[in-house]
Order: sequence, then C-alpha cells, then structure tokens
Amino acid sequence: MPVIHANGQALWRRRTPGAVLLAWLGWFVVVAVLAFSWQFISERTIWIFVTDAPSQGADLVSRMLPPDWAYTGRLWRPLWDTLNIATLGTLLALLIATPLAFLAARNTTPALPGLRTLALLVIVASRSINSLIWALLLVMILGPGVLAGIIAIALRSIGFIGKLLYEAIEESDAKPVEAIVATGASPAQMRLYAIVPQIMPAFAGISVYRWDINIREATILGLVGAGGIGLELMASVNVLAWGRVSMIFLLILATVLASEWVSARVRTAVT
Amino acid sequence: MSARVWRRPPMIADPRLRWGLSLAVMVYLILAVGSLEVNWQRVAEGLERGAAFAAALFTPDFSSRSADILEGFLESLAMTFVSTTIGLLLAVPVAVGAARNLSPLPVYLICRGFIAISRSFQEIIIAILFVAMLGFGPLAGVATLAFASIGFIAKLLAEDIEAMDPKPLEAIRATGGSATKTLHWGVMPVVLPRLVGVSMYRLDINFRESAIIGIVGAGGIGATLNTAFDRYEYDTAAAILLLIIAIVLLSEYVSGFIRGRLR
Repeated sequence: MPVIHANGQALWRRRTPGAVLLAWLGWFVVVAVLAFSWQFISERTIWIFVTDAPSQGADLVSRMLPPDWAYTGRLWRPLWDTLNIATLGTLLALLIATPLAFLAARNTTPALPGLRTLALLVIVASRSINSLIWALLLVMILGPGVLAGIIAIALRSIGFIGKLLYEAIEESDAKPVEAIVATGASPAQMRLYAIVPQIMPAFAGISVYRWDINIREATILGLVGAGGIGLELMASVNVLAWGRVSMIFLLILATVLASEWVSARVRTAVT
Repeated sequence: MSARVWRRPPMIADPRLRWGLSLAVMVYLILAVGSLEVNWQRVAEGLERGAAFAAALFTPDFSSRSADILEGFLESLAMTFVSTTIGLLLAVPVAVGAARNLSPLPVYLICRGFIAISRSFQEIIIAILFVAMLGFGPLAGVATLAFASIGFIAKLLAEDIEAMDPKPLEAIRATGGSATKTLHWGVMPVVLPRLVGVSMYRLDINFRESAIIGIVGAGGIGATLNTAFDRYEYDTAAAILLLIIAIVLLSEYVSGFIRGRLR
C-alpha cells in the first residue's frame, strides 16, 4: 500500500508515484496515437465532400424512398442463388471440418506427431481470412459465379466449425469412451459410438449457427462477383438506382431476420 | 424366430418427420445443385491461375509495391484506432440507455432499436452508404466501423449492466446520490473490466473489417489488395494476405492476453 510520509504525517495514495507517472504516460501514448491517426485520415479526406454530407445524405434518403417494388420480380433468382451459396457452402464446410475437428481434438487425434498441429494450422488460416477476401481470390481463379461463392463460404466456415467442434469433442465425457473401448471396440467404433452421440447436439447447433452467419455473408459476396443478390446490389449502386438499392436492403433484412429466427428455433430445440 | 438385434436409436424419433425431412433435403439438394451454372472451361483455365497464386504464397513480394502496402496498412491501422475510440465513446451512453434497470421505457426502446439496426447490416453495406455520403477515402471507413462498433459494444455492455447486482445502486441512491453519481460510483466500477475487454475485442474485429471495406472504396488495405488482384500481381497479393493473417493472429493474441489478465 503506497503511503507517503510528509511533514511527519502518513498520507495514503491509491498508486505509487511511479505507477501514477506510468498511467499518465499510457494515456499520453493513447492520445498521441489517436491524434496521429486522425491527422493521417484527415490528410486523405476531401473535406469539401464532407461538408455537404448532410445534404448528400438527405438526397440519398429521398432517392431511396419509395423502394422500387416492381424490381422485386427480378430479385427472386439472385435470392435463391444467395440461399444456395450459404447452404451448400455450409454443407461443404461440414464435410471437411468434421474429420478436421477429430484430428485437432486432443482426445481423438491419431498418435501421429505433427498431424494435430497441421489441423490446427488449417483451422487458424481459414478463420483469419474473411469470406469476402476468399471470394476475391476464388473469382480470380474460378471466374465469377455461384461456385466461387460456395467455395469461399466453405473455406471461411471450415475454421469456424472446426474450432467449435474440436472444443466440443475435447469437452466430451471420457467415461463412455472407456466403456466402449472395454468392449473391444476399434478406434473408429469408439469415435462413432462414444464421441459422436455426445457431440451431436453441439454439431447441430454449430452448423445452424454458421448457416445463419453464412446467409448474411452470402448477401454481399456478389460485390466481388461471387454470385447472389450482391451482384444486383453492386449493379444498382453503380448506376445510382437508389430505389432498387433500398429494395435490395429490405429483402436482405427480411432474409437475415428469417434465417436468424430459424437458427434460434433449431438451437433451442437441440440444446 | 429371428434373434433380437440392437440398433442405434435414430436422431429424430418420429419416422414420418425423419423420412419427410430426408426427402425434403434430397429434393432441395437436387434443385440447388441443378440450378448451379458453372462454366467448366473457365474453371479449367482458372486452375492454372490458382496454381500460380498458390506458388506466389511461397514467394511473396513485399518490396516492389512496398509504398502502397505500407500506406494501406497504416491507413487500416489509423482507421481501426480512430473508429474504435469514436465507437466506444458513443456506445457508452447508448448502452446506459439500453439497460432496462437504468433507463425509462421510451429511451430503452430507442436505444435497443438503434443497436438492432447497427447489428443487422454487414459493415460493407453500411460502407456503400457512407462512401456515397462522404466520398471515397478512409473517413467513410471510419464512419462505417464506428457505426458498427456502437451497436456491438453497446449491446454487450448493456447486457452486462442489466446483469449487475442492484444492491450497490440502491445503496448509492439511498445516500442521495444523483443519476450521474450512481453511474460513476455504482455502475462504472462493475462494468469497467468488461468494457475494456469488449473494446479490445472490437479493436481486433475492426482491423479485420478494415481489410475488406476498401473493396467498395472506404480506404484501408482492402483497396490495395483489390488493386493487386485486378493487376494479376499474385506475389504482391500473397504478401498482403500473409501480412493480414500475421496481424490478425498477433492482435487476437494480444487482445486475448489483455482480456485474460482482466478476468
């Protein structure tokens, strides 16, 4: 407890003088970094455009209202594509992530040195790249279209599903495993009869949760050409058809809310 | 008489539901896969490029566009810091407004509505609107990330405030403390660790997002990456991707470390 002796009196302080100085230094660094960052951004901003932002904003809103209802007819096909990108992408990711999770979990990984590290590396790499960047890459390789979107969604989801699933496997109870092994079961039978029934609820919950996230992400993949409703959005933005843009926003909002509802219902049902 | 055979219990007990669901999934898969339009010729051509890109991952080129890369990363980092700070400062009042135990119903509904709107749209969609309003450049990115941060931080903080023990609040009110004093001495000490943790987490997310909103013109490394892909400069693109992965891992580690220390 820092106590300062001055004029024959003992004064209590919350921090030692050194700690006070350090705290002020910390605040100074934070403020300096912020000031420098702001200056950096301000240099790259055309402030004349910013000063008329309120009128630009009002103009934007007036062009967006009313939404172009007649445009909806042309949106069903892209919406169907978007749903397919999310659903097929999630299914593809499940196919790859499930064996990966068994390789990455400490209690089910085969006794082969390096295999677990490799599986964890794949999970981390997949998780740290956004699906839009995957899509950018895949559109370059596979050409624009729904296929690039499906694979982009799958590549991003492998890490997410793999991570949550291997944590679920590691948390599973060891006693059923012991019981099954005691009957003379092979390693494959042990996983199928002792681990799989335990992680099934987690598996269903994780899949539906990721599917819900993927619906959101699939709506924007079209911005880089990977199919779905994002293509229409980019086309409408490029020709400044703001009535169509607001119509697409409404449709995206409705889809996202619906998928969120489905996902919440399924997750409460399985857990 | 046949021997009794044990079968694993099915996941869905009701056979009608089980078979109906399986049938529906099959029909959907056939329809969905059938509606895919894939240009296999284009895919075959592209695989060559894919191989070229994969090779580039092992020979990343940091030097020939180093000025652009540095500029992009500095812009991303500046956007991350400024937007998280603005988001944090604005999220605190929204969070207090969205906590049912502190705010009257009308304020609560307005703040919850704002949080819901901010959270249901992807950052990139908000970025399109801000680019249209503020012009191309990092300022639109800052506005986007700050807007998204408000919803994120305010939601988590409001839940924390709602979950807090009501007794300290009652004690401060009983001594005659005003609303601001209740916030300062009752609420703040309880939620401060959580607030710091959530802000660190959001800092991490904002950096990841700053790497992609450049695609629609909102500044940051995403713009540099997009340009590299457009010019088919695979080794530069590979260098940028590797740097993004490295910074994301580093920031995830640092924010995890700080959040661990707070608990």
